[in-house]
Amino acid sequence: MRGAALVIQALQAEGVKALFGYPGGTVLDIFDEIYSSGLPFYLTRHEQGAVHAADGYARASGKVGMCIATSGPGATNLVTGIATAHMDSIPLVVLTGQVATSLIGNDAFQEVDICGITRSITKHNYLVRDIADLPQVLKSAFYIARSGRPGPVLIDLPKDIQQAETDEPYPDDIKLRSYRPTLRGNMQQLQKAAGLIDQSKKPVIFAGGGVVSSDAQNEIRLLSEILDAPVTTSLMGLGIFPETHSHALKMLGMHGTEYANYAVQEADLLIAVGVRFDDLVTGKVDKFAPQAQIIHIDIDPTSIRKNVQVTVPIVGDIRTVLQELNTLLKPRQNPQWMEQIKTWKQRHPLRYPQTDKVQPQYVIEQLAKLTDNRAIICTEVGQNQMWTAQFYNFHSSRSFLSSGGLGTMGYGFPAALGAQVAWPDKLVIDIAGDGSIQMNIQEMATAVLYDLPVKIIILNNHSLGMVRQWQSIFYDRRFSQTCLRRNKQCPPDCQQANGDCSAAYVPNFVKLAEAYGAHGFRIDHKDQVADVLQTAITTPGPVIVEISIDREENVYPMVPTGAPIHQMLRGMA
Amino acid sequence: MRHIINLQVENQSGVLARIAGLFSARGFNIESLSVGKMDSEAASHMTLVVRGDDWIIEQVIKQLNKLIDVYRVTDVTSTDFVGRELVLVKVYCPPAKRGDISQLVQIFRAKVVDISNRSMTLELTGNEPKIEAFLETLQPFGIQEIARTGSIAMVRDSNGKM
Repeated sequence: MRGAALVIQALQAEGVKALFGYPGGTVLDIFDEIYSSGLPFYLTRHEQGAVHAADGYARASGKVGMCIATSGPGATNLVTGIATAHMDSIPLVVLTGQVATSLIGNDAFQEVDICGITRSITKHNYLVRDIADLPQVLKSAFYIARSGRPGPVLIDLPKDIQQAETDEPYPDDIKLRSYRPTLRGNMQQLQKAAGLIDQSKKPVIFAGGGVVSSDAQNEIRLLSEILDAPVTTSLMGLGIFPETHSHALKMLGMHGTEYANYAVQEADLLIAVGVRFDDLVTGKVDKFAPQAQIIHIDIDPTSIRKNVQVTVPIVGDIRTVLQELNTLLKPRQNPQWMEQIKTWKQRHPLRYPQTDKVQPQYVIEQLAKLTDNRAIICTEVGQNQMWTAQFYNFHSSRSFLSSGGLGTMGYGFPAALGAQVAWPDKLVIDIAGDGSIQMNIQEMATAVLYDLPVKIIILNNHSLGMVRQWQSIFYDRRFSQTCLRRNKQCPPDCQQANGDCSAAYVPNFVKLAEAYGAHGFRIDHKDQVADVLQTAITTPGPVIVEISIDREENVYPMVPTGAPIHQMLRGMA
Repeated sequence: MRHIINLQVENQSGVLARIAGLFSARGFNIESLSVGKMDSEAASHMTLVVRGDDWIIEQVIKQLNKLIDVYRVTDVTSTDFVGRELVLVKVYCPPAKRGDISQLVQIFRAKVVDISNRSMTLELTGNEPKIEAFLETLQPFGIQEIARTGSIAMVRDSNGKM
C-alpha cells in the first residue's frame, strides 16, 4: 500500500467524517486517494477557511477536526488557524504536504519548514522522513490531539513518502514512551479540597473551556447544587451552566458581569475548573480574588500555578475528578451569600441605554428570544463577540464557538461552516462585525456550494469597533485607521461619530450575498429587527443579515487593563 | 537559584529545537545545555542549567514534562549528585612559560592536549567551581580561546562522596 492510501485508511479507522482542505502540488497523491475514497470533502476557498472549519467542527462535535493543505503557502495559510486551536485547546489533525525528502533544505519550490514554524503553536508535530514511521505517526497524532489537554497536531508528509510502498497495516496500539495524561485526581488532594469547601462561607465556582473538553457540564451543575454556590464562566466556558439559572453569574473578567466580578472579589473560596486564569479574566493579578483560597482542577499541570497562587491543585480529567469530588461533599445551603449575590444581580444587571437606534445588545437579545437560546452561535472577534457573550444567555455546552485565546478575526464564519457540517439539522449562526467578516468572506462560495445554511448577522458599525472603543476611551478619540468608510478625501483627524459623514460604505453586503447566490437582508430600524431576523433564520440556505448599528455603542462593563476586576467602567447605562 | 535538570528524550530530529524554543518562547533563562546519546540509539540525555526562582523552575519542569518527546525530567539540584563539565582552553605560552603552566596543570589534574611555540591547549574535567578556579588561575597568562561543554550530571546512589 502506498503512503497516501495509508493516510486514507487511517482517517477511516479514526472515524473521520469530514475533511476540510485545499489541494496542491505536494498533496496530489493524497487527493488522488480522496477522489475514490468516499470521504466527505469540503473544498474551502482559502486554507485558513479550512482550518477554522475543522476547528468549528471539532468544537461543535467534540471530535477531532481534520484539515489538509499543500506545502509552502498552503501550509503557512494554516498557521493562524492552528494557533487559534492551540490557544483554545481544540483537537485537530492537520496534514500538510512537503517537498520530497531529497529536496528538503534546498529551498525547493513551495518548500517551507512548517514543523519549525508551528512548533510553538501545536501540541506536537511530525515530519515523516521514513515510510516505516507513518502508521505510528498517524495513530499517535489522533491520540495526542484528542487526549489529555486537547490540541492541534500537525503531520508534514513529503511527497515521496506519500508515494512509497509499505506493508505495515494501520496499527491498533500507540507506542509512546512518555505521554500519559493523568486522569484521576489525587485522593489526598481531593479530600483537602472537600475540607476547604466545607469550611468556606462564600464559595464561587469558576468554570472554563476545560469543562467543555471533558464534557463535564452535568458535574458542574451538580457541584453547584450540592454547594448552593454560584457559577461564573470564562468566555470559553459559556454554555456550561445555563445563564438564566439563579446560580449563574455569567461571564467573569474584562467584559464580564459586575456581579460575577464582585462575587469573585468577595469570595473566600474559588473552585476553578478547567481554566487558565487568562489576563483578561484576572485583571490586575495580585488584586484578583484577594480573599479567596483557590482550588484549581485542570488536566494540564502547566496551567496550575502559572498565573495565580493555588491552595489545592488537582491534576486530572475534570469529569473524573468532579465525579469523585461530588461524592465527598455534604449538601449545604448558603442563604446569606446567595442573598448577597441576588442583590448584586438586581442592582447591577447587564444593561444598555434604551434608545430608538438599532442597538447591538437589543439585536442579540431578540436573536436569543427567536432561537430560544438554543442555536449554535459562532462569533468573530471584538465588540460582536462580547455583546454576544453578554446578551445571548447560553444554555448548553458546545453552543458558543469563539476564538477566545488568540482572538482571531475571521474565525467565526468558517467555524460556523464546520459546526454546520457536524450538525446539519441545527441552526448555526455567525455573529460578525463588518471588519471581521471580510477576513474570510470568500467562504460564502463554500457555504453556497455545499448548501451549509449558516446565517451571518453582521453588526455593521462601519468600524473596527473594539479598537475604536479603546481609541475612544484611552486615546482621546484619535481614530487612527479604524473607520471602514475612510477614503482618500477624508480629513486625517476625522472624529465623526455618526450620520454626518457622506462617505460610501463598501461593500454592500446584501448584494455581496446575492453575488454568491445566497440571500441578503438589511435592517436599518429597530422595529425591523425581530421580523427580519425571523425571516432570515427561516430562509433556507446561507443568509447574510446586515444590520446598521450605532458606531458610538461600546461594550460595558469594562475593566481597564491593569485594574482589579471590581473597578469597572460602566458607560452611560 | 541555579538548577541542574536532567532530561531523557526521544532521539528525534527537532527535539533540541523544541526544548530551545520552549525556553525562548516562555522567557526562561538557560545557562548551559549539553546533549549526548544514551545507550540505545532511540534516546538522548540532556543536562540543562537554568536560573530562576522556585515559581519559574516549577513551570520549567512542568513545561518540559509536557513535551511529547521528553520522557523523564529530574531536577537533581536538591539531591546528592555528581556534576561535571569539560573545558578546553588555549593559553598564550612562549616556551619560557611552559614550566609555570605545567605546574598548574598538575595541581588541577588537567591535561596538556596540544602545544606549539606560542600556545598550550589544556583539558580539564570538574565541577563548575573547579573549572572557574582553573580559568581564573590561567587568566594572567592570556587565555586565547575557551570551549566548554556545559554541565552534565548524575544522581549518586551511594550516601558518601567518593
